[in-house]
Amino acid sequence: MEKFDKLTAVVMPLDRSNVDTDAIIPKQYLKSVKRTGFGPTLFDDWRYLDPGEPGMDHSQRRVNPDFVLNDPRYQGARILLARKNFGCGSSREHAVWALTDYGFRVVIAPSFADIFFGNSFKNGLLPVVLDEAIIDRLFEAVQAHPGYTLTVDLEDQVITTPSGESFPFEVEPFRRHCLLNGLDDIGLTLQHADEIRAYESRRRAEAPWLFDAGPRA
Amino acid sequence: MTGKTLYDKLWDAHVVRREEDGTALLYIDRHLVHEVTSPQAFEGLRLAGRKPWRTDTVVAVPDHNVPTRDRDQGVTDPVARTQLETLQENVNTFGITFFPMSDVRQGIVHVIGPEQGATLPGMTVVCGDSHTSTHGAFGALSMGIGTSEVEHVLATQCLLQKKMKNMRVSVDGPVGPGVTAKDIVLAIIGRIGTAGGTGCAIEFAGEAIRDLSMEGRMTVCNMAIEAGARAGMVAVDDTTIDYVKDRPFAPKGEDWERAVAAWRELHSDADAVFDHEVHIDAADIVPQVTWGTSPEMVVPVTDRVPDPAAAGDPVKARGMERALEYMGLQAGMPVTDIRLDKVFIGSCTNARLEDLRAAARVVEGRRVAEHIKLAMVVPGSGLVKQQAEREGLDRIFREAGFEWRDPGCSMCLAMNADRLEPGERCASTSNRNFEGRQGLGGRTHLVSPAMAAAAAVAGHFVDVRAL
Ligand code: SF4
Repeated sequence: MEKFDKLTAVVMPLDRSNVDTDAIIPKQYLKSVKRTGFGPTLFDDWRYLDPGEPGMDHSQRRVNPDFVLNDPRYQGARILLARKNFGCGSSREHAVWALTDYGFRVVIAPSFADIFFGNSFKNGLLPVVLDEAIIDRLFEAVQAHPGYTLTVDLEDQVITTPSGESFPFEVEPFRRHCLLNGLDDIGLTLQHADEIRAYESRRRAEAPWLFDAGPRA
Repeated sequence: MTGKTLYDKLWDAHVVRREEDGTALLYIDRHLVHEVTSPQAFEGLRLAGRKPWRTDTVVAVPDHNVPTRDRDQGVTDPVARTQLETLQENVNTFGITFFPMSDVRQGIVHVIGPEQGATLPGMTVVCGDSHTSTHGAFGALSMGIGTSEVEHVLATQCLLQKKMKNMRVSVDGPVGPGVTAKDIVLAIIGRIGTAGGTGCAIEFAGEAIRDLSMEGRMTVCNMAIEAGARAGMVAVDDTTIDYVKDRPFAPKGEDWERAVAAWRELHSDADAVFDHEVHIDAADIVPQVTWGTSPEMVVPVTDRVPDPAAAGDPVKARGMERALEYMGLQAGMPVTDIRLDKVFIGSCTNARLEDLRAAARVVEGRRVAEHIKLAMVVPGSGLVKQQAEREGLDRIFREAGFEWRDPGCSMCLAMNADRLEPGERCASTSNRNFEGRQGLGGRTHLVSPAMAAAAAVAGHFVDVRAL
């Protein structure tokens, strides 16, 4: 996993609540068996005026000039500013892959859906929760100043505005540690293989029916 | 010491170890796998040279991408075919229990798990699919996970997780006639909102929940995720145990007796304390219809489409306006004036036998309205389909003008050929009415199977209780 420590980047505002993972990456692209290549179809239904299918050359499609992602002033944005319950709906990790493939490394919102939130950390995308009132102010600032940037510092858990104002945020220590160091959590878990085995033998004694759990005669 | 909630008990029984910050390694008893969210996980295993920890816990089935007719012609979409073949290769390589499209046990992953007894009370159940909450109906801790977590569970049999909060939603008293599990859960979501259960495991309780069959409880738990809760659950009782008994994967003989004794403990203690409690009076629930693009945008069928001007909060009002525009509806119009183009009876929410029976009862002796372009029934599994045919339900549907299809997710998410065209309006028994969910530009109204059937016959929404 790509590690994340500190980033200063252009912020793109997405002023909608309950942005679901179907909207982030529509179903037709989930037929892919890869983790990459989802960037050009991020927010597909909102971003293009014509229907998209896998395998198309998306650079040839008709873009929706009214959608924020196509606004020249947000080109190169790596921080997404969003509204509450971002990433709700389907568990598809493709939503996170689409955001990171496009170039986003941070999503800031008042709240996130649980599964999306967890998926983000596994892919080097940092979801930051800030107070709704602060989010409102950030939306205003982004609208008011073309090229508006923020600095997101995971080590110190703080977001800083160009004028030097700062907003602290919290990330669970374990997730923060993994993200700061780009750690593969499977490798970490396997360091505890003995404990997993010990659990299994305890559990087998208590609840033998949970083992050899295929179809039974 | 205060008592434990059902979730506390399930959690405690599965903790392998805890990190300092409370992140736990949680042991997983059952891992369900489908074709869409697993290929990258298997590939990850292979790239890292890892093997699955315990293949006997894994059950795989194709459902999202499978065609629902002309199966003898195979899968014609080449991209979908590759994905289905990839699942086949992965189960072969790793030796995983698999129900291919040709197997009568194939179906939607959340229908077949319980049907086979692969989902048991007291288990932790995961699947790379948010509607895994369904299996909580059995007094199991059951959660949707992302693909990285699928890989993590395959490799380690564990999930890294922080404990969620305890929430209980009690639906007090009995529901009135014609009110179903779907109406109950839509009413709950309407009340607490799509983020009402975020960060929580929801236990559904109260007389109206206890009165439900296992099918009905699965419908309710299925949609816990639409209230933001990764896990929904219902305590174990005789209804649970009777359902599980003699299923192919269920314990047998002495194991069965021991298991039942343990399962009897799977309920919240009387003195357990919840972080959040919600009470809903079952008598207030009437058949529900969603009008917007989020499951919380729901009203009783007897009501009118709401007015954004009355919303108060400007962000919310904007969302409602957007939804009305997308849905092509006017604020204030009666729900029963909403005319439909298509009707879909299916999905992991409502494609079990009881759902099909309820819809067939409404349809019997009637005809689908002239202007309905397509009314389809997609059974949740091959076994549901087989049993429905034994009962003659397929004949009832066909005679009324419905199409009778093969099992799969179908128009719930429209990954296969079953979809809405732009602007088309559908009464659907599925769980998500998001923009484009059933096809680009398609408009989805979520309802119960009986309400969908009644809407097919009338051509617009009607109160099924008045039929
Ligand atoms: S039926 Fe719909 S909600 Fe259920 S698993 Fe399939 S796509 Fe997901």
